[in-house]
Amino acid sequence: MKTTLTINGASYELEADSRTSLLDALRNHLGLTGSKKGCDHGQCGSCTVIADGRRINSCLTLACMMDGVEITTIEGLGEPGALSPLQDAFVRHDGYQCGYCTPGQICAATAMLDEIKAGWPSVVTDDLTASPELSEAEISERMSGNLCRCAAYPNIVDAISEVAGVNGWKEAAE
Amino acid sequence: MTIHQKMDAPDRRNRLDDMAQGVLSTPLDRPEGPLKVSGRAPYAHEVQPEGMLHGFFVRAPRIGRLVSIDDSIARGTAGVETVISGPKLIRNPAQGTANSAPVQPDADIYYIGQPVALVVADTFETARAAAMNVRLDIAEADRQPVNPTDYDSPEDQQSTQGDLDGAMAEAAFTVDRTYTTPAHNSAAMEPHAAIAQWDGDKLTVRSSLQMLKYNRNEIADSLGIDPANVRLLSPYVGGGFGSKLGIAPDAVGAALAAKETGRPVGVVLSRQQVFEATMRRSETKQRIRLAADADGVLSGIGHDAWVSNLPDEAFSEPVTQATPFTYGGVHRQIGHHIARVSRTCAGSVRAPGEAVGITIFEIAMDELARATGVDPVELRRRNIPEQDPTSDIPFSSHKLAEALDDGARTFGWDDTLPEPGGRREGEWLIGQGMASAVRVNALMESKARVTLQPDGTALVETDMTDIGTGTYAILTQLAAEMLGIDAANVKTMLGDTDLPPASGSGGSWGAASSGASVFLACQGVRQKIAAALETTEEDLTLKDGRAIAGNRSIPLSEVLDGPVESEGHIEPGDTGDAVRQATWGAYFCEVAVNAVTGETRVRRMHGTFAAGRIMNPKTARSQCLGGMTFGIGMALTEELMHDSRDGHIVNRDLAEYHLPVNLDVPQITVNLLEERDPWANPMQVKGIGELGICGAAAAVVNGIFQATGVRVRDLPATLDKVLAGLD
Repeated sequence: MKTTLTINGASYELEADSRTSLLDALRNHLGLTGSKKGCDHGQCGSCTVIADGRRINSCLTLACMMDGVEITTIEGLGEPGALSPLQDAFVRHDGYQCGYCTPGQICAATAMLDEIKAGWPSVVTDDLTASPELSEAEISERMSGNLCRCAAYPNIVDAISEVAGVNGWKEAAE
Repeated sequence: MTIHQKMDAPDRRNRLDDMAQGVLSTPLDRPEGPLKVSGRAPYAHEVQPEGMLHGFFVRAPRIGRLVSIDDSIARGTAGVETVISGPKLIRNPAQGTANSAPVQPDADIYYIGQPVALVVADTFETARAAAMNVRLDIAEADRQPVNPTDYDSPEDQQSTQGDLDGAMAEAAFTVDRTYTTPAHNSAAMEPHAAIAQWDGDKLTVRSSLQMLKYNRNEIADSLGIDPANVRLLSPYVGGGFGSKLGIAPDAVGAALAAKETGRPVGVVLSRQQVFEATMRRSETKQRIRLAADADGVLSGIGHDAWVSNLPDEAFSEPVTQATPFTYGGVHRQIGHHIARVSRTCAGSVRAPGEAVGITIFEIAMDELARATGVDPVELRRRNIPEQDPTSDIPFSSHKLAEALDDGARTFGWDDTLPEPGGRREGEWLIGQGMASAVRVNALMESKARVTLQPDGTALVETDMTDIGTGTYAILTQLAAEMLGIDAANVKTMLGDTDLPPASGSGGSWGAASSGASVFLACQGVRQKIAAALETTEEDLTLKDGRAIAGNRSIPLSEVLDGPVESEGHIEPGDTGDAVRQATWGAYFCEVAVNAVTGETRVRRMHGTFAAGRIMNPKTARSQCLGGMTFGIGMALTEELMHDSRDGHIVNRDLAEYHLPVNLDVPQITVNLLEERDPWANPMQVKGIGELGICGAAAAVVNGIFQATGVRVRDLPATLDKVLAGLD
């Protein structure tokens, strides 16, 4: 079936099986292989993309449902020579090793910071009615849907903390 | 020109310390980093040729003999091109360095989840749906039991020294306990995948593999073709941890399907198939016996291990690998016992042997510390042997004492041996735990080619892989250092069997082995430059694109009238047996155990490690973080569960097999000790990829004991086991 997808600001006409997930549409039909398939069941987060500003597992979303949705993939966040601040911080903090979960981590982190700004609480937020504070614990909790078997977690937290201006990172930057 | 070195004698020249560029051993960002963080590094299934078909495996739902396959529905499905089955499909992946085909079982089904047919279609969706419609007629067949029961004790894997029973009888303090660890899965984030394409007799396979030199022969042998006709490409590998040491069913299936259809075929294992049809770490049962005097000094050590694997697999989890040399004690007994089972193949998972062997041994050492009343750090110090107590050969370098001291100081270890359960914060019981880290060190044959251009750029070429380990970074730095140029001017090409064959990534030997080959190749280039300047390689300084000899300093562009190329070839030699080579470290952690729920949280964790010269402290540290996090998983959550009725893996996905997530891991700290080991290789570098897991889980489990007084001997220390011991 035909679907019009809007990805990284560009329009794509997709002619694909109705069973095609957004992830498989990206990888197998559109040549956008930056989004990774780690489990195909929404368990690992490697396929995370941003849909209308919110992070989603693209493996759990059918492509044909995404007509009219603004999708941002890792390719849309930056490229070598023009990396986004988070992409650049991941490189400097070694927030990855094999790199396979990394696009998902960075897409998730990009949207996650907006969730904190919007005041969404998490399980580690003490006061559910107040705006959550930017902290390592908040970042770590909110990034726990993205598995990294190389276990760059401490570096991922450092990279995001620096970009978000958490505690010591903020001071260090100033 | 090839510079060849066989490590028959220690290399004490420390040549790298003579270099002037100052880029090696700095925390260089990974050169391939921008590609990875922008989604532009192409992994196995990401360069899809025009017209590529998709293959999806059909799994065997029971053990037995395949009488027939009814694939009529699948073949009748629009878009399905073929269904591949038969004698060439492989039962399970090749073991590390196997170099030949794994078992090709034809109609015999040895375990649940064995891939028995590959449905090939124009789209992934069609192939997957059609695979669900393949009917298998499976008859009963005589197979091994699904649960380990009968164990063989191979004679060459049992050893006795002195009289352990006598030592146990006479000791002031003893420990005699039996422990278990469950099976584990590597769970690399990139599933096993391959894209195969034929051009006449020539086969190209793009796959996710750790050891291309061996993998090429494994694929060729599986297909019955000449290895010279096989080219493998693995420039980016989305994690391996042992699971991609050998070829897996995807590569052979894709190659067969591509041959039959005349089109490129891509096969990706589903996550469930990765769990079932690649490798698991064997479950272990381990009996540890320790005999010690009143001061906790060991007189005897016993370590027996029981493991399992499929029939006809040479690999057997080498649980006791480091026991012969880690601690002193005259009376020693080691036993190894293996059961043949009808379960998913057992193979290498990060640090085969020590990952589970040292972990359990270090829990037993904590029990001895409690029995003797000696601080656990001090207990280990007292038992560091002067030389390898089993082989009576010296250690090449020994850093355990220094690692213990540095780690304890950095962590802020309380050496007063606090009473278990003595510290409580609300619902949480707080405790500290520690363990030693030990891993054998190895060197493997490896080759590389280095080419330096007059414009001061260089090319490093080898079929080595970077599985997240930092190979691109360290080989780039090494060449830049040796050739006196900026790291940005070095291009490192990896993961292509058209390039000189390397050691591959595994057994922590990658950096040392492939690094040494690049080191030697650079030496060859340096010799040519030296000859052009009528000096010696030793007297030549290369820095910032200039050659400096005597009192002359000349730009490379004036020295060279064309590219200078050399190959390097390192081979292991007598230094492997003349001394005991190992890497050392120590872990410290603080845990909080919930007194109501039994949940354990790791609050702080520190590791200090020594692994020879550190080529890049940033990537080396990351390797240690990864290993220690594997340890947290092993301690608290990771457990592959087999159904006791049919042996199948019950929790075959990432929702049920629990890897540590971000919030499970504190901001771990790592110290790397300064060390040069001349016996290891001409760079004095040792392996660090696995050291971080070799005992890490024990620090957590020992912390739980100190927090609660509950000694968990059956890993992982899940809530139920901790709760059962709480008052």
